[in-house]
Amino acid sequence: MDDMDEIVREFLVESYENLDQLDQDLVALEGSPGSRELLSSIFRTIHTIKGTSGFLAFGLLEKVTHAGENLLVQLREGRRQMDLPTTDVLLRMVDTVREILASIEAAGVEGDIAVDPVIDQIHEVLENRTVVTVPGAEEAATDAAPESAAAPDEADAPEHEADLEADLEADLVPVPAPVAVEATDAELASELDAAFVQDVEDLVADAALDLADDDELDLDTLLEAIVTIPDPAVVVPPAVAPSGSILPSQRGRAADQAAAVTEEPASDAPGPRTASDASIRVDVDLLDALMRQVGELVLARNQLNRLADGSVDVDLVRASQRLSLIASELQEGVMKTRMQPIDHVWAKMPRIVRDLASTCGRQVRLDMVGGDTELDRTLLEAVKDPLTHLVRNAIDHGIEAPNDRVAAGKAAIGVLTLRAYHAGGQVVVDVVDDGKGIDAERIAAKAVERGLRTPEQVAGMSEPDLLQLLFLPGFSMAQAVTKVSGRGVGMDVVRTKIEAIGGQVDVESAVGRGTTWRLRIPLTLAIMPALTVESAGELYAIPQVSLLELVALDGQKARTAIEYIGSAPVYRLRGDLLPLVELRDVLETGHNREPDAPAVIAVLQADTQRFGLIIDRVLNTEEIVVKALSARLKAIGVYTGATLLGDGRVSLILDVGALARRSLNAEMLDLDRESASASAATAGATEQVLVAGIGDGRRVAIPLGAVTRLERLRGDLVEHVGGREVVQYRGAIVPLVRLDRLLGAMSDAEADELLVIVYTRGSRSVAIVVDEIIDIVDDDTAQHSQIDGHGLIGSTVLKDRVTERLDVTQAVLTADPTFFDDRSDTASDDAGDFSGAALPGQSLRSELDTLVGV
Amino acid sequence: MSTQLATFTVAGARYGIDVLRVQEVLRAHTRTTVPLAPPGVTGLVNLRGQVVMTIDLRTRLGLAPLAEDAEPMMVVVEVNGEAISLLVDEIGDVFDVDDSKFETPPDTLPAALREVILGAYKLDQGLLLALDVERATAA
Repeated sequence: MDDMDEIVREFLVESYENLDQLDQDLVALEGSPGSRELLSSIFRTIHTIKGTSGFLAFGLLEKVTHAGENLLVQLREGRRQMDLPTTDVLLRMVDTVREILASIEAAGVEGDIAVDPVIDQIHEVLENRTVVTVPGAEEAATDAAPESAAAPDEADAPEHEADLEADLEADLVPVPAPVAVEATDAELASELDAAFVQDVEDLVADAALDLADDDELDLDTLLEAIVTIPDPAVVVPPAVAPSGSILPSQRGRAADQAAAVTEEPASDAPGPRTASDASIRVDVDLLDALMRQVGELVLARNQLNRLADGSVDVDLVRASQRLSLIASELQEGVMKTRMQPIDHVWAKMPRIVRDLASTCGRQVRLDMVGGDTELDRTLLEAVKDPLTHLVRNAIDHGIEAPNDRVAAGKAAIGVLTLRAYHAGGQVVVDVVDDGKGIDAERIAAKAVERGLRTPEQVAGMSEPDLLQLLFLPGFSMAQAVTKVSGRGVGMDVVRTKIEAIGGQVDVESAVGRGTTWRLRIPLTLAIMPALTVESAGELYAIPQVSLLELVALDGQKARTAIEYIGSAPVYRLRGDLLPLVELRDVLETGHNREPDAPAVIAVLQADTQRFGLIIDRVLNTEEIVVKALSARLKAIGVYTGATLLGDGRVSLILDVGALARRSLNAEMLDLDRESASASAATAGATEQVLVAGIGDGRRVAIPLGAVTRLERLRGDLVEHVGGREVVQYRGAIVPLVRLDRLLGAMSDAEADELLVIVYTRGSRSVAIVVDEIIDIVDDDTAQHSQIDGHGLIGSTVLKDRVTERLDVTQAVLTADPTFFDDRSDTASDDAGDFSGAALPGQSLRSELDTLVGV
Repeated sequence: MSTQLATFTVAGARYGIDVLRVQEVLRAHTRTTVPLAPPGVTGLVNLRGQVVMTIDLRTRLGLAPLAEDAEPMMVVVEVNGEAISLLVDEIGDVFDVDDSKFETPPDTLPAALREVILGAYKLDQGLLLALDVERATAA
């Protein structure tokens, strides 16, 4: 019984592989209906399944595949052209076969899957379109030898063949099935390369004659003879196996061998088919166990290396180096055994693309480049869904309907390209379409509409940043929910899944020209290079993959290089503000770092954000083996796992993404996006601002539009109305707002004189008190960041100093809550709009000069 | 009916765990502290290539930590398929205890202790407190 199970299992595995290939071939066949190679390949696959299912007594399966085969016979003989209904019905047949296989896998029996509808459909197609001769079953085909001998003629005698098929159809009991196998394979052979076919046919004929002669067949000799023919197109007629005289054991072997050999490439059909004699099937659990053990070996090697490093024993050093080398090679080797070409996932794509294209009314050509690029099988499994999602998306949202394409001056048929390649120790998978691209403006509108971003936030974002919004949970671009997409479960899931395996997703798009989705996937998960760092006396590992660069701060530099906006530390990395995170603060370990202590900023990439992690020092890089953490510790959300260092110590692996989310608030993240985009953007818009000091060395930038006049007032002019400070200024009572108090700074200015910025709208004015007026400068909006605090709308870099941008509206309202209320002349919505200067810049400039000059 | 309990002491009191749950007992290893971990989790140890979480029973029981120079012992127990090590002061013998001597903890027990104690066995040598391993390790 166990033997039987084994055979069934092999049959299932093989059939699944074959079916995947079949999907691909059928769709390809639709594109090139005349292709004999494809037809042969399809025919062979169906045939193998049919033959084996007959052998294993799976009646339903046999019935379905037999019906499909009838249709294929017509196609192959040119009596029928491959058209849409034919493809559809054949694909449906493949689906039914899959269902039955699934049932066999689950329950061991075929179950009660309805096969009749499909068979009926096939018959419909058969009857509607062509004249099929269905003669009676008078020509019994039970005698193997004559049929086989007649094989060479069959290519020229389609009638005869049809008869044979009809016979078989009429006589659907398992016993005669092998005969069908024989005949059809002989036919199949006739489709192949003539010379080769001649050889095979001779052999078959010989064998058949032998068989007729002495009832004894040397199967092995026959197989050998065929296999040694120097042609990739090897088709072994299982043909010979069924003749009644062969012992059951031989029969089984013949079936096995036949099945195995049919896996070999019979043509230039796409997709790799491994030669059966050059590979073996290995249990995945065994591979996983091997990988774990290699992981342990790597750790042991690290440990030994560390010992040997400090040793003067030449032999020990040599031995450790050798071990190191061997361990690396072994690690690589074992990793390779787990590698599978990405084709395994891609094989399903032609079918998906075809189905989707017809559902969405698109014409799509699928190009696949680099299908032999290999990935660890667990990773391969993990990218399957995201990749499928991206492909769906590309067809549904990317590629336009044929009419639209033609109208846009593009070819009616859209091209979807899947490209896989190695780059920088990672596997990159691109999903490229030449469709309409993604309109950043529409994304912005959607994001606002869905309340994911405010209009202000969106306005300041660059195009690449807007595209990042696609990855927000709950974001969907679809106008309407279709069967295919638009449910709002989308790119965020793709991103989550890819990031779960340590990968990254990116998108680039050009409106009208297409979109490129780029997945970066690590080669393997179990062992990864990491940076070991120290913070507050403890060692941590940071995955190398998220590390961009290291910035060393020596004592002197550490004090000055880290600047603060409010309480948030930042570092100016080549002109951009990099938000900083103190690891010891996040982990709440130890006291604050001595300001003079040397430190290192590890610039890390988390999701789409860049940030700097302040650590005490960097030790080294090491290959680490990820060990699972207790669920309770994982729940802390800062560690992805633990690892053992060379000295045997346990070290925690930091979850860079979680660190960023934990310690950087939303504004900080925006800051980084903005600064990143600022460097990419060409010259950003500039705006003139007045820079004023407010004490504590803090500087505030006020848009020039908000500055009507600059005045010096005597301190004793300040009077009080209610709880508010006011001054009399040009015959009016003007409320005062002291920026140092508003923004929480300590004023250094003497109290007997006030330096005020007067802001006037209509008949009302407000006086904003500052410590000193510094200058009027051009503020490059590209330098803006969202890092802010109470009363601020962000920050910027002016004259090499971090300068806070004053929220003028709020400052004014602090002084006079009703300031904007009674302005009927100008619409209240421009309350915060200070871009238009109230005074010509020149006159203000002279005022400033007199003030600063004093 | 009798049960075999592996015993150990924490701050002078004697505790016991079903001997079948104990994987091994050994001298405490160097621990790697886990910042932000719940109280009681004192760190991770490398147990022959396996990363094992360590729980300090003293913290769990609401007691003062052991003196710096003291050498605690580790009792490695299996909880839900995961190995967890318990930090204790000293290791005692394995006792055969009679279930009839068992009594649920008195209401006067301090809350921290009550939470992790199944009850007490009244032995001639004194009380043996049966530790609720699940609760004790659920920091």
